[in-house]
Amino acid sequence: MVWQNWSVRIGGVALLILVLVATAAPWLGTVDPTLFDAASRDLRPGATGEIMTLEGQVLKHTFLMGSDSFGRDIYSRVLYGTRVSLLVGVAAAGLSLAFGVVLGLTAGYIRWLDGPLMRVMDGIMAIPAILIAIAVVALWRGSLPTVIVAIAIPEIPRVTRLVRALVLSIREEPYVEAAVALGTPTGKIMFGHILPNTIAPLLVQGTYICAFSILLEAILSFLGVGLPPDIPTWGNIMAEGRVQFVAYPHNVFFPGVFLAVTVLAVNMLGDGLRDTLDPKMAKRV
Amino acid sequence: MLNFVLRRLAATVPVLLVVAVFVFLLLRLTPGDPAAIMAGDAATGEQIERIRAGLGLDRPIPVQFGIWLGKVVSGDLGESFYYRIKVATLIGQRLEPTFALATLTILIAVVVSIPLGVVAAWRFGGWFDRALMGFSVMGFSIPVFVLAYLLIWVVSLKLGWFPVQGYRRLAEGFLPFLHHLILPAITLSVIYIALIARVTRASVLEALGEDYIRTARAKGLPELRVLVRHALANAAVPIATVIGIGIAILIGGVVVTESVYAIPGLGRLTVDAVLARDFPTIQGVILFFSFIYVLVNLLIDLSYVFLDPRIRY
Repeated sequence: MVWQNWSVRIGGVALLILVLVATAAPWLGTVDPTLFDAASRDLRPGATGEIMTLEGQVLKHTFLMGSDSFGRDIYSRVLYGTRVSLLVGVAAAGLSLAFGVVLGLTAGYIRWLDGPLMRVMDGIMAIPAILIAIAVVALWRGSLPTVIVAIAIPEIPRVTRLVRALVLSIREEPYVEAAVALGTPTGKIMFGHILPNTIAPLLVQGTYICAFSILLEAILSFLGVGLPPDIPTWGNIMAEGRVQFVAYPHNVFFPGVFLAVTVLAVNMLGDGLRDTLDPKMAKRV
Repeated sequence: MLNFVLRRLAATVPVLLVVAVFVFLLLRLTPGDPAAIMAGDAATGEQIERIRAGLGLDRPIPVQFGIWLGKVVSGDLGESFYYRIKVATLIGQRLEPTFALATLTILIAVVVSIPLGVVAAWRFGGWFDRALMGFSVMGFSIPVFVLAYLLIWVVSLKLGWFPVQGYRRLAEGFLPFLHHLILPAITLSVIYIALIARVTRASVLEALGEDYIRTARAKGLPELRVLVRHALANAAVPIATVIGIGIAILIGGVVVTESVYAIPGLGRLTVDAVLARDFPTIQGVILFFSFIYVLVNLLIDLSYVFLDPRIRY
């Protein structure tokens, strides 16, 4: 029934292709994305040049998407960049969901904690997500775990709010009342009775967080405050390419297109899931 | 009414307090000596000692927070070690470009998105509606810097209509000011248009299903008047709310857009401060942006009284 939705079909297939591309990157005619060759600097897309491997062997290579100002192959860098983007998206979504679920269940079920906890969440939500992420990365310096945590933190309040609202409506259901009357421990009610009923909306929310995280990681890298420049990410490729944008726009456009298509695919999947799994939410826009 | 204003005002206090605690803890939770971090990489031992004394770092954490908060409330955000001036002064200097960019963006977004949303709701399910929904998903997905380079490439480099980068102060003349600002504002407005158009469409659609719309049509009102005076007016509250929530997205977009178009505003300052690890400035900018966000949303909440006469506090 989910699969009959066109948004899910298009987004899902596009994502599947991207996952395959990310996994199979070494076998898709790529070279090591960190290899550079001074003789092959600033090549136009499709040009043939040479690239030297770490062993000193010189390979003939067709630069499908051109090369950057160090003579690195953009095609290889973009394909390997897919790995980083998907990993960050999924990890940040998973992390913020995990924290948000625990906090949301707590706020929704342990009533005296609700007020203070939600005030803290309101406060964090008042700080624009990108600023939290930038500040956290600035403190702990950019590495993959830091960037994932930095992106996940501003999303936690949104998940917490959603879970809390769901818990508040579910806890009034007769089956929860029955469980309470039977003397079921609070922990078991929270995780055994309430949590399973929040899964559909959480899946939808998680998809949106995933899309936003991929976007935010690219923004951080693009601004030069994300992952270190030696890791090929779409944002890093664009950050290096922007200096020469007027003469060689391909350095910015190829990673840009991949980024936009990926985020679009995840968002379409999210919209489709929302329409099929969660009709109540669909009506709320 | 006064009672409501006071209560709503009081509700912003805990929010701002949490923001302050977050910004304060940011530096305390970092491994290393906060005074040394504050002073920057090139500071002398004497400078670090002075900062340590000023922050009261030998006192317990809550006391330190008290000292720091007292300074912030009185407008003292500390001194930027990178620019060697007061952070508050620095923010003041960078305010104009950001304020101009944000205002023009909101203006463009509101003028474009609300009619689009109304027409889509009016022709619900038709080609226009579906096109707008498609555009809306795209608008959410295309990263603002990708869009920026696309527009620079087409509009500035190929067509030559606008300058590629840069900013002109309003004092240098209104036309050059607008000429430099319009492309960044269009870039930034796309995601905002997507957001507002979506909510406008949904809330107008809901209003169009109400009895008073049928009554209005039955008494022979022109369709335009039904749509604007009856449907849109009743959809005003959710639209205003989403404009307020969207300010957070706008601030994020400002940081990126100013960086791409080389606009010397607060967004650019944020990125430069992070690259220079200029923590007093980072703290100041976060506090300032969050304060603006809370303030705008407070004003929007208060505006409900004017948008919907049924709301009485």
